[in-house]
Amino acid sequence: MPIANTPTTVPVVVDEGKCIADKGCTVCVDVCPLDVLRISDLTGKAYMKYDECWYCMPCEADCPTDAVTVNIPYLLR
Amino acid sequence: MDDLRAGLNEVECDLLVIGGGTAGPMAAYRARKKNPNAKVILLEKANVKRSGAISMGMDGLNNAVIPGHSTPEQYTKEITIANDGIVDQAAVYKYAQNCYGIIEELDQFGIRFQKDENGEYDVKKVHHMGTYVLPMPNGDTVKKALYRQLRRARVLISNRYMATRLLTGKSGRAAGAIAVNTRSGEFLVIKAKAVIMCMGAAGRLGLPTSGYLYGTYENPTNSGEGYSMAYHAGAKLANLECFQINPLIKDYNGPACAYVAGPFGGYTANSKNERFIECDYWSGQMMQEFYNELQSGKGPVFLKLNHLHKDTADHIEHILHTVERPSRGRFHEQRGTKYSEQMIEMHISEIGFCSGHSASGVYVDEFARTTVPGLYAAGDMASVPHNYMLGAFTNGAIAGEHAVDFAAEVDHDEFDDAAISMEQERVLAPTKRDDGIPPNQIEYKIRRLVNDYLQPPKVTAKYELCQARLAEVREDMNTQMMARDAHELMRSMEVASILDCADMAAHASLYRAESRWGLYHWRSDYPDTNDSDWKCHVLLSNQDGVMTCEKKEVAPYIIPIAEDEKDAYYKQRITAQA
Ligand code: SF4
Ligand code: SF4
Repeated sequence: MPIANTPTTVPVVVDEGKCIADKGCTVCVDVCPLDVLRISDLTGKAYMKYDECWYCMPCEADCPTDAVTVNIPYLLR
Repeated sequence: MDDLRAGLNEVECDLLVIGGGTAGPMAAYRARKKNPNAKVILLEKANVKRSGAISMGMDGLNNAVIPGHSTPEQYTKEITIANDGIVDQAAVYKYAQNCYGIIEELDQFGIRFQKDENGEYDVKKVHHMGTYVLPMPNGDTVKKALYRQLRRARVLISNRYMATRLLTGKSGRAAGAIAVNTRSGEFLVIKAKAVIMCMGAAGRLGLPTSGYLYGTYENPTNSGEGYSMAYHAGAKLANLECFQINPLIKDYNGPACAYVAGPFGGYTANSKNERFIECDYWSGQMMQEFYNELQSGKGPVFLKLNHLHKDTADHIEHILHTVERPSRGRFHEQRGTKYSEQMIEMHISEIGFCSGHSASGVYVDEFARTTVPGLYAAGDMASVPHNYMLGAFTNGAIAGEHAVDFAAEVDHDEFDDAAISMEQERVLAPTKRDDGIPPNQIEYKIRRLVNDYLQPPKVTAKYELCQARLAEVREDMNTQMMARDAHELMRSMEVASILDCADMAAHASLYRAESRWGLYHWRSDYPDTNDSDWKCHVLLSNQDGVMTCEKKEVAPYIIPIAEDEKDAYYKQRITAQA
């Protein structure tokens, strides 16, 4: 059975202007309990790779540059 | 990151603690304090800095037994009654005697507890009988404070390793665990003389009403591995049919926190603005009334604060929106709901296992020992009922100290190397397929079946249908589940635990042919509580590959319960409503 790509809107937004992942920061990726954030090879910035978020906020609270915003996942809003 | 790599490393230690949330760090810390020569490894699926049920902190203690406010005897009695008599009191009593010392220790770690103008702990009454609730003004710093202590005590921390099976030695003792790296799929074998499991609730069992797999009441990293691993290691699990079901803010699915709001005059009301239960302390009996009201013509149910002074309502809102689940404020903002203006719609949570809130856990005695020698359990996954965060800390401390002594007396138990290659094969199977079903779809199906068939009211024929459907899903999981990278591999292993927990939930519930604990175990075809046959524990275990239940007598009470007290938690409905 083939696998499809079903789009999904993710709750966590990273302000790429503020994110300093290209300078070596990985704090949000490190602390996320669900391990759903990654640094993009393309942009060198953090982004939400997996739509598996508990909207718990360590990523936002611990980011040194206030680049992360956690929204409520659309299905719960 | 996430690309699969082959690899197998081996380490040896005296004591392995699995799970770095609440109980685990305390267990590891206390073990090192008691025996500074012991090599203690703390293994964590996520990152100890922010893992577990209290990743962002906690707004208070729900069950603090503080001299001058309550006594260990009183608390033991209250929990025995709240849990319908099915309590081995020794563990609860020991908790109650030790928890004040833990509060003082946490205080030294820099976690503050609310004091009144005389410098006394400002304890509030929420329970039916006693006074045990203590606010924590800087509760958002709990994890940081714990982490500092772990560093100071030089506990060896391994983050992003997910334990998948325990190793059992040739003499039947716990001998360590096998774990897989969640970002590379490499294996780690940890040989240990004793193992403490602190792996949290089974919080990804039922599906939240939103349909979002991760919108659970519990932190969804707590997907029931502890229960599943204990089962496969031959440990006995107690009263799994006593499900966790909690009242919560609808859709947001976070706690409504009557514990926070209650002392200020907030309460749970129906759509007619009427209070319908006297006591907002979470128990199965209270949940039954909550459920009845939801289904009645006066439903649904709301958290009511809008009768309070605006400053008071705003103050409660502030606490609720900053500590345990801080995104709650955003949820209400988007909906346009203000606590001082509207009542907030509530609902009941999906089902789960969690003795932190109810009583479903791996069976442990008052030293946190499971039925497998050298294997301990503490926190939400261990069977000490209603033990919450302070119970996790206290029982974690008890486990750490006992286990480190045990480890000093024994050698590493030899185990069969074949266990490792077999486990590697099982774990990696989904990565060997290039066609199949992704774990999220299998998980969705299991959890949808749990909601359709296992949620109370429990009906025998529906349960049997569920077992048949779950067996089909197991076949799919074993033959078709596919993982394309290490992250999906972690999710596949979680799915396997979730399915084990669903099977255990069905099996244990069918065995207990009575109703007990209010909504938690409401069997419509056995609606009455039957003390003569069922005033006992139900222990579930793996007997030669067959899931088996047995009865176990409740240990003789240390604190007697008078005949006219034992139903106190059933007299909660307000009869004459204004
Ligand atoms: S913590 Fe902030 S700055 Fe660092 S990688 Fe994440 S978003 Fe970027
Ligand atoms: S809100 Fe929580 S789960 Fe979501 S990305 Fe941030 S840390 Fe991870």
